[in-house]
Amino acid sequence: MLWLCLRFPRLTLDALQTTASAVDARPCAVIDGPMPSRHIVLADAASQAAGVRAGQPLASAQALCPRLRTLARDRAAEQQSLQAFATLAWRYSAELCVHAPDSILLEVGASLKLFGGWPALQRRLRSELAHGGFSCQIAAAPTASAAHVLACAHGDIAVTTMSALHSALTTLPIAHSGLDDKTIDALHGMGLRRLGELFRLPRAQLGRRLGAAMLVRLDRLRGLLADEGARWQPPAGFQRRIEFDSEVTSTTALAFVLQRLIRELALFLLARDGGVQRFGLVIGHARDARTRIDVGLLAPQRDAASLFELARARLERCALPAPALSLALHADELPPLVPAHQDLFEAHARSTLDWPALAERLRARLGDDALHGLACHADHRPARAWQRIAPALGARADSSRASRSDPPADATSFTSAPRPFWLLQRPLALRQAPQRILAGPERIESGWWDGHDQRRDYYIVELRSGQRAWAFVEAGTQSPWTLHGWFA
Amino acid sequence: MFNAVPATCFEPVDAASASWPAAPTPNATNPASARDEAALTDLLRHPGIWRRRSAPAATIATQPSGHAALDALLPGGGWPQGALCELLVEHDGLGECSLLLPTLAALTQARRRVVLVAPPWIAYAPALAAAGIDLRQLVQLDASSNNTHWSIEQCLRSGCCGAVLGWLPRTDYRELRRLQLAAETGGTLGFMFRPLAAADSASPSTLRLRIGTVQGEPQLELLKCRGRVGGMVGMRLRA
Repeated sequence: MLWLCLRFPRLTLDALQTTASAVDARPCAVIDGPMPSRHIVLADAASQAAGVRAGQPLASAQALCPRLRTLARDRAAEQQSLQAFATLAWRYSAELCVHAPDSILLEVGASLKLFGGWPALQRRLRSELAHGGFSCQIAAAPTASAAHVLACAHGDIAVTTMSALHSALTTLPIAHSGLDDKTIDALHGMGLRRLGELFRLPRAQLGRRLGAAMLVRLDRLRGLLADEGARWQPPAGFQRRIEFDSEVTSTTALAFVLQRLIRELALFLLARDGGVQRFGLVIGHARDARTRIDVGLLAPQRDAASLFELARARLERCALPAPALSLALHADELPPLVPAHQDLFEAHARSTLDWPALAERLRARLGDDALHGLACHADHRPARAWQRIAPALGARADSSRASRSDPPADATSFTSAPRPFWLLQRPLALRQAPQRILAGPERIESGWWDGHDQRRDYYIVELRSGQRAWAFVEAGTQSPWTLHGWFA
Repeated sequence: MFNAVPATCFEPVDAASASWPAAPTPNATNPASARDEAALTDLLRHPGIWRRRSAPAATIATQPSGHAALDALLPGGGWPQGALCELLVEHDGLGECSLLLPTLAALTQARRRVVLVAPPWIAYAPALAAAGIDLRQLVQLDASSNNTHWSIEQCLRSGCCGAVLGWLPRTDYRELRRLQLAAETGGTLGFMFRPLAAADSASPSTLRLRIGTVQGEPQLELLKCRGRVGGMVGMRLRA
């Protein structure tokens, strides 16, 4: 086992500074606590140089450093950042715990080889975590508690064997051992300074004096007792919102932000090994007004480029009613993704875009209803003998599943009489009398039960212009002729 | 200077004289005629001059049209694969769509997808089914007039469609050129229906068919056909 502790020592400050829009060169510090007794939680390097320390009352800090810029602590933002890092780290190990308030623990020993060994993994993690401007310490140890304690005490350190861990712990000051303050004070009062001295003391007496909880803690540090911690699970949905510094009026500018959101979504989906079938974009305007754009896909996807292309097409079709102040992406349904498998011996290998991708692209630009299939319907009335159906979805429409789900009646015509290629949406009066009657009459009489009763005699006729038409007269009459289709 | 080459150079020549590069006949007795022949041979040797042979050399991928008479007209014996075919139609109802039905039936039965883009009327499912088309492979796309070209181009270019049928009441050379290139890229059959009035304007399509009536009788006429060598140019549409 090799546990990593990713510790963000400046999380309280870094979480605030990503949302703070203006870059301010003044020394700053995060403050917390009720109004009369506000105190410093974390001071940056500039204010520390002026003598500001964590735990100081706000008044004394301001006396030491009059230019101090204070930021109120935002625990929600810290939690959100930590969750985002957990999502990122989830890609390396599923054995992951979020250790409040500022650390993430993950077990990487099992998949160390996969990621190219410890140095490569460390480099990779660092470059990914450094992306948001957060400072991070990475410590490795054979037990989770030890990794956390070493990260707090030493920052970046890698202890990979049990014996090295033992010697590292022996020299560790008790003040950094992660024990509670009361115990540390008591141990200091006994003249104990290092963990090694504590380990040498008789166990039973130590337990009686300082409580069994401390013994458990020490055992966990040394790996004598298994670590316990709630296994972290990635969130069920994806929500991300980006606020703009100024009003955005063009959808082109929004597309840039959208690209960033989609990239984050794709990373999230990759980590979850899921896809997205339906997501929403919410454009925020002034005074809490919102524009919502829903993007629905025919099948789950997670490829960033194609998701972006589809979402952008929808975004560009939407007219902004007012300047935008924020853009949010919500994806609540994340169905499992079944990657399309392709035929090794595909005869038509020239395909540059597969059918689902093409269908998505067409739907994104033309609207969800633009694409449809055709089917026969069991009705004698010509206008009802066909119907629109949802288009076939399979990458190749020959999937046996699709053919099984289609009722066989839909694939074949209800009648064997000749039918025209074109049917007119609405029958038209035939301006000229037909020159020749080629076939007919075919009496079609149906629909008395649903109020759309039809009694017609259909003929295949040829007009003077050489066109062949499907025309009808009311049953039993000779005129007027009405045109209903073309034998095109 | 090669604009000045007489057009007769491109007329069919019989197989004996077309054994290119043609050497001067050794037993020529008349020196003047021998000199002329040598000059002609030199001229014909120029790479800018193409002499048509008696048999078409190029083999093009085609899709049988299902009509023996039409296959005989078309080079390669069918619709050219990966190319645009224009059907310039005088009126609806002359059998212009039925011309394609055997091809569409063959494609859909081979599980290739056929897309109809912006048809003017309802493509009547019972008629299509009766013609042997597998309706599961058929997709109709309703596109507004300013999206029609884009949709056709996407379908042609993707290469995942067997054939794309488009109805283009208004289009121009530039748009058709795009579609032609898209069809070549995707290797897709593209059938574009246009009004007969467009017959006079230039077009980049590989194949152009005029479908009109002569004395009330529907006729098909080849207006343009890449790679064709002589022969008939028209046929009757109805037996």
